Amino acid sequence: MPRLIIPVSAEDHRRGPDDSPVQLVEYGDFECPYCAAAHPLVQRLLQKFPEMLFVYRHFPLSEIHPLALPAAYAAEAADRQGKFWEMHDMLFENHDRLSEDAFFAFAETLDLDMAAFEEDINDPSVAERVQEQFIGGVRSGVNGTPTFFINGQRYNGPLNERILESTLHELAPI
Amino acid sequence: MNAARPSPTGSDQDRGQDKGLTAGQNAPDFSLKTTPDQRVSLKEFRGQPVILTFYPADWSPVCSDEMALFNQVLPEFKKHRAMLLGISVDNVWCHIAFAKDRNLHFPLLSDFHPKGEVSSLYDAYNENEGVSERALFLIDEQGVIRWNYVAPIGINPGADGVLQALEEMHAATTAR
Repeated sequence: MPRLIIPVSAEDHRRGPDDSPVQLVEYGDFECPYCAAAHPLVQRLLQKFPEMLFVYRHFPLSEIHPLALPAAYAAEAADRQGKFWEMHDMLFENHDRLSEDAFFAFAETLDLDMAAFEEDINDPSVAERVQEQFIGGVRSGVNGTPTFFINGQRYNGPLNERILESTLHELAPI
Repeated sequence: MNAARPSPTGSDQDRGQDKGLTAGQNAPDFSLKTTPDQRVSLKEFRGQPVILTFYPADWSPVCSDEMALFNQVLPEFKKHRAMLLGISVDNVWCHIAFAKDRNLHFPLLSDFHPKGEVSSLYDAYNENEGVSERALFLIDEQGVIRWNYVAPIGINPGADGVLQALEEMHAATTAR
């Protein structure tokens, strides 16, 4: 039943070759501790499978995580200056000290144009994009954060590196 | 978070369990406590769609919590005037604390005494564990079940199935 209903496209935040036979999509929430815990695991998978395409999409549980939306907007604003992944990594690596002030500090560390950054985090089209990704996730069967889809099919297993590795190996033996 | 299973992406897991009252059957009426002195009956909502979401227990970790997810999706259900009711065997005080903690905007009903009676009525009770299954039912304005799903053990069903069923039901109604 749960399959990715919005295919990966040029609109997505992507890391890796676009024509990869192995696509790993994560729906995440920057304030979610499980997503923060999964971040180093994903980093290691990216190193082990350089031919894999990794995609990150927003799934902010804003009712329970008040910083989830602001963090997602910060990432999108950074994206407008070509630094989505840097901001994404910084948000997860600093999971224990997220705040609105911290997002601005991260932007400064990334050498972003601060006036543009501030304008972009408040841009309604950024909020729309995040909401679209959230709804797309709902319709694809995202059932918590993080939820992973491997080649379009929802992954229901544990966030265990060995198991994920062997699942990915089946699809792209190296 | 989710139970460890041998084939993590296997579609056999997504088919769900062969349980639960099915489409076409009348949804049995019930009256359950939502607070120490308030009860909610299914028949109160005749005239609007109702989504029943049975779940094992309050207080599962928030990021994998079905109630937190449904709470986040609530605006989509409201577009179709659907009423969302959560049901578990927890008692009312537990529900009240949980709903407050998770900022829930829909009622939680207590299938506490007799334990699991309403869950059993819907064939959505896990006798081994003594908790409700992770089961979803979509009931139409006339009180008839139009869609159901009982998730495999340990896997949250997500909101895609019930949302799609609700939209299809609504489209069929407006087409007439």
